[in-house]
Amino acid sequence: MAQAVARERTAGRTAPAVIDCDIHVAPASAAALRAFLPERWRGYHERFGARGFTAGYPRVSPNAARHDAWPPTGGPPGSDLPFLREQLLDAWGIEYGILTPLLGATGGHLPEYEAALARAINDWQIAEWLDPEPRLRASIVVPFEAGDLAAAEIDRLAGDRRFVQVLLTVRTMEPLGRRKYWPLYEAAARHGLPVGIHFGGDGGNPLTGSGWPSFYLEDHCGMAQTFQSQIISFVYEGVFERFPALKIVLIEGGFAWLPPLLWRLDAAWRRQRDETPHLRRPPSEYVREHFWLTTQPMEEPSTPAQFQQLLDHLAMDDRLLFATDYPHWDFDAPDQALPARVAPDLTRRILAENARAFYGLE
Amino acid sequence: MERRGAPAVIDCDLHNVVPSVQALFPYLSDYWVDTIRETAFKGAPANFYPANMPTSARPDAAPPDGGPPGSDLATLRAQALDAWGAECGILNCAYAVESIHNPHAAEALARAVNDWQIAEWLDREPRLRASIVVPSHHPDLAAREIERVGGHPGFVQVFLPVRAPAPYGNRRYYPIYEAAVRHGLVVGLHAGGASKLPPTPAGWPSYYSEEWTGMAAIFQSQLLSLVSEGVFDQFPALRVALIEGGWTWLPALLWRFDKEWKGLRREIPWVRRPPSAYIREHVRLTLQPLDAPPDPAHLLQIIDQLGSDELLLFSTDYPHWHFDRPEEALPAGLPDDLRRKILHDNARAFYNLA
Repeated sequence: MAQAVARERTAGRTAPAVIDCDIHVAPASAAALRAFLPERWRGYHERFGARGFTAGYPRVSPNAARHDAWPPTGGPPGSDLPFLREQLLDAWGIEYGILTPLLGATGGHLPEYEAALARAINDWQIAEWLDPEPRLRASIVVPFEAGDLAAAEIDRLAGDRRFVQVLLTVRTMEPLGRRKYWPLYEAAARHGLPVGIHFGGDGGNPLTGSGWPSFYLEDHCGMAQTFQSQIISFVYEGVFERFPALKIVLIEGGFAWLPPLLWRLDAAWRRQRDETPHLRRPPSEYVREHFWLTTQPMEEPSTPAQFQQLLDHLAMDDRLLFATDYPHWDFDAPDQALPARVAPDLTRRILAENARAFYGLE
Repeated sequence: MERRGAPAVIDCDLHNVVPSVQALFPYLSDYWVDTIRETAFKGAPANFYPANMPTSARPDAAPPDGGPPGSDLATLRAQALDAWGAECGILNCAYAVESIHNPHAAEALARAVNDWQIAEWLDREPRLRASIVVPSHHPDLAAREIERVGGHPGFVQVFLPVRAPAPYGNRRYYPIYEAAVRHGLVVGLHAGGASKLPPTPAGWPSYYSEEWTGMAAIFQSQLLSLVSEGVFDQFPALRVALIEGGWTWLPALLWRFDKEWKGLRREIPWVRRPPSAYIREHVRLTLQPLDAPPDPAHLLQIIDQLGSDELLLFSTDYPHWHFDRPEEALPAGLPDDLRRKILHDNARAFYNLA
């Protein structure tokens, strides 16, 4: 039904090109990664698996997915390529889609296992998704809490240009500017790969700077606060002085909170800069130079005029990348996500051209 | 700034600083005086305001007696109240009793600080009002302290550090809200706090500047918590001030929060209106630090996006240093009516100041 609706919406007019920068895929079963794991970790994977994630509340829906996203073949949402083609790529005329698998190789509990799991996920992406479907691109999953192991995985795969970024999750053990993560950035910058930082993860810290909240809504809505913390850390630790070529894309965090953060960063730095003489420019300049953002979940200002004000305050028109977050419940549809009053040229850039330039998609 | 004919001013964030734990001896029992002497216990740490950070004190704020900025009434009177012609100033003493694990010591020091505030600030300067310092990490003890001094006409607010062991919507804090509502007191969430949990959801940052900048995100988390948990449904008379946390971030948070509520309200069915409606009704924010955009027109747009002209309360945040000239304390180009509300009327109504 969704695809029929999608076709109807786009019928009779020339739909603009769409590049979807956040698509979640998953193995059809727990055993599907088995063939990609080395002998040493197969038994561990089957007995324990990734032990990090422990949601402390019921979420909105099974797998936080759209109810219509469960494939007829019986696996979880995002596990069936023909169904994903039909429901997402074909239905919305998506020219390129970037895979961002969230499969647990991220907690930092056991780095050697997570390194093996990350390799398996990446090899599975190649075999099950990239090889059969030329519209897809992928993210290199890495055991990012161990910077050296993450760098090794980047080195292993960077030659395959279908991998267009390195993937992290935003909830980490330490703020991402800290030196333990630098080998990862060094490798990414050396290969010209952006680092994508996605909603979620499980670094073991409470979800807020003031302890654990009670509800999924706070987790989902409050991830924007975690993204803010990470930007502050990247800037103040001097990561961009150390790695001037590093590019960061924040995925599924929204973006309306960024202008006021830039203002606060600059105001504080003007008073407090004695503490961080390694910063040579106002923080906002580093952010505007090194960060990109995906649009979903798009904040919804009260009026179209306020949305335009937001774009003016942000002044990063060329840094916004459209994403659907398929197959999750808060899916943004390409024809609905942006307010109708956004200029056609900007709509075109956000829906496809910014991502095309950023990820080098021909 | 021209004072003659200037509008009335209420300053909603002044800091009175306990110069040392010895200053509290007249207000502590013999047991605690002896204990502090015998152990050289220093009381609560200066916590969130490192000496010599510009945001901790403006350059001229050191009192002549050599005490820390904010510790001397005469200096505060001259630099904050008289300089602005303020008809009223609200003290926020950030003495971090929540950093003290021993609950008996925390309670004793909170009581001493409040008695010190009464004797050395409120009784001596009729323009001042104050915030009750409480052991916020033990809400039952905090409520007991609110009961003890909440009837004093000088106290208009309960001081809660924005960093806490759990978000402030958590039901463990209900005794504090019951007591505050019973005494008609505002609950003021203030920057800082010594919860000893990491101040970011990704652990401990390296630099003080990060902690300071990131404080705004904690205020945002607290608003999500207070509304989502239904605190304002449970306590319809509760008023919450967000102090020294910035406010230009509020429109973006309201947009996102209302959208999330539309999608996920089934999880929090007691929240019957959009979150922005609760926040505009129950919450106010102090003006400094301003965290203003470089283009003054953009700041006026943000003020318009707040969707209410009653949300902002004038503050200098004295003795902290955020602006060099008085005219920088307020956004430029405010309409007269809104300027008067921010400088005076909003605070008078919110704090029920006579």
